[in-house]
Amino acid sequence: MDLVETYREELRFARKPLGRTLLILLLVALALLPWWGPRAWLSRASMIWLLAVGVIGQNLLIGYSGLISFGQAGFLAIGAYAFGHLRILGVPFSLSLAAAGAAAGLAGWLVGFPSLRLKGPYLAIATLGFGTATYQIFANVEWLSGGRAGLSIPALQPPFGMSRDVWVYLVYYGIFLVFTAAGYNLISSYVGRAFVAVRDSDIAAESMGVNLSRYKLLAFAVSSFYTGVSGALMAQYLGHLEPQAFNISESMNFFVAVIVGGLASIEGSVFGAAFVVLVPALFGSLRWAVPVLFGAAILGVLIFEPLGLSGMWLKTRLYFRLWPFR
Amino acid sequence: MGESLLEVRDLTLKFGGITALGGVDLSIAEGETLAVIGPNGSGKTSLFNCVTGLYRPTSGSIALGGESLLGLSPDRVTARGVARTFQNLRLFLHMTVLDNLMLGRHLHFKKNILAAAARMRGEEIRHRAKVEEIIEFLDLEAWRDSRVGGCAYGVQKRVEMGRALCTEPRLLLLDEPVSGLTAEEKEEVSYWIHEIRGRFHVTVLLVEHDLRVASRLCERMVVLDRGLMLAEGAPAEVQRHPGVIRAYLGDQ
Repeated sequence: MDLVETYREELRFARKPLGRTLLILLLVALALLPWWGPRAWLSRASMIWLLAVGVIGQNLLIGYSGLISFGQAGFLAIGAYAFGHLRILGVPFSLSLAAAGAAAGLAGWLVGFPSLRLKGPYLAIATLGFGTATYQIFANVEWLSGGRAGLSIPALQPPFGMSRDVWVYLVYYGIFLVFTAAGYNLISSYVGRAFVAVRDSDIAAESMGVNLSRYKLLAFAVSSFYTGVSGALMAQYLGHLEPQAFNISESMNFFVAVIVGGLASIEGSVFGAAFVVLVPALFGSLRWAVPVLFGAAILGVLIFEPLGLSGMWLKTRLYFRLWPFR
Repeated sequence: MGESLLEVRDLTLKFGGITALGGVDLSIAEGETLAVIGPNGSGKTSLFNCVTGLYRPTSGSIALGGESLLGLSPDRVTARGVARTFQNLRLFLHMTVLDNLMLGRHLHFKKNILAAAARMRGEEIRHRAKVEEIIEFLDLEAWRDSRVGGCAYGVQKRVEMGRALCTEPRLLLLDEPVSGLTAEEKEEVSYWIHEIRGRFHVTVLLVEHDLRVASRLCERMVVLDRGLMLAEGAPAEVQRHPGVIRAYLGDQ
């Protein structure tokens, strides 16, 4: 029996006891990964957490709000360099992180203005232009990017004599949890509803009292805030920044993660991030074939499972919920 | 019947050389139901789009309760108390029935994005109670958690009406509320439109092709033909008007 007695109860996250228990077990197991998993997994998992934040941001824009952006690498770069410069100036990690998100969010808000007029492929081209321009600026303006030597970012100092990779893993995992939870909360609130309404029918959304300009700009700002934070985490992870890290193929990476993971799904974004981190790792010396596989994966998803990995996950859960009936 | 709620004066809408509306005058009293009828392409929906701010009229004035609506964006117009349904349904097809109705409450939310991100749900719960009232009124309980895209046409039409009601309008614009429905559904919708007025204190402006339904619901009718006002008056008078017969059936 599944009886809900109050509206508040119905709005709870992972409401059913079984799902709740399994989720908590999974989250605890992941938090303890440094103590049971092989060392080599730690840095890879940190990479997944940091990318997932950016992919969730991208999904809020493409999947939920229906606004296509190919300029994610631009926001990533803004976040990364803002973070890098602040860290070199001696600003603490958490403040730099927030500032990096805010800088990218502001840039996203500005880039959002064309979205008030442009739709679909036209918006994709406009944002592509932004991404390319940002890359060129960082590649050519030396005081921004640190010139040929690049930008070296001071490493995180772990407390209590913890080893550095464990500390980085825990910090990144915590940040990932905060941003994922915030993502879930946003999409189930009036904000997310307004995003989806704008995507499904902008005229109806407007006629129901949703200010189109405000919500399109908000979608861009929130999305690029996430992307900026992701960029900052990437900067800290790499320890060294070069503009080459933020070219168009990085934007494509995010796009692949969103499509393969599943449009308009937060858990899909996490799956997608895991996909773009883990699959290239499997290839080893055949790295040149990775873009080929990504292309094939997008085709396969679009033809066989339009909801991507999150769709497969949904079907699996449905299977077990209905078991032994089908 | 109280004071005039909506005043439309000399409303003209031109698209290049085409005159969609040529000097329409209209006034609706508070609590009244007015039907706009006319053949296809006579400017009924254009009139709706002007009132709701989707179109900018070329000239003329539109005022709600004495305040001009001209130049306001559609969301501002809705905030003033005008809600509408669409002739070709415009629902949020990927949302559930409940979420569609909750979006109708969007205007009334106290907006705080940080509280939303922190999962503070006081506002959601407050508005949910209001939405449930409308779900109950329109008999939508069975579809509350269904995706609107998968619901039957009759249900979708009902959801659209409910969504408009959720904005708590003073003036409700219904664009062909019974088109495409079965005889039984038409009866139900007529009943609801009749009930809405007393229960939610709304004034209704409706466009309808089904003259039987329209004349039963409204006190007054306005006939448009090629953007011009052809006749105005009680349903029975209007239907005997020679110009109206000519517009609908052609010359003898």
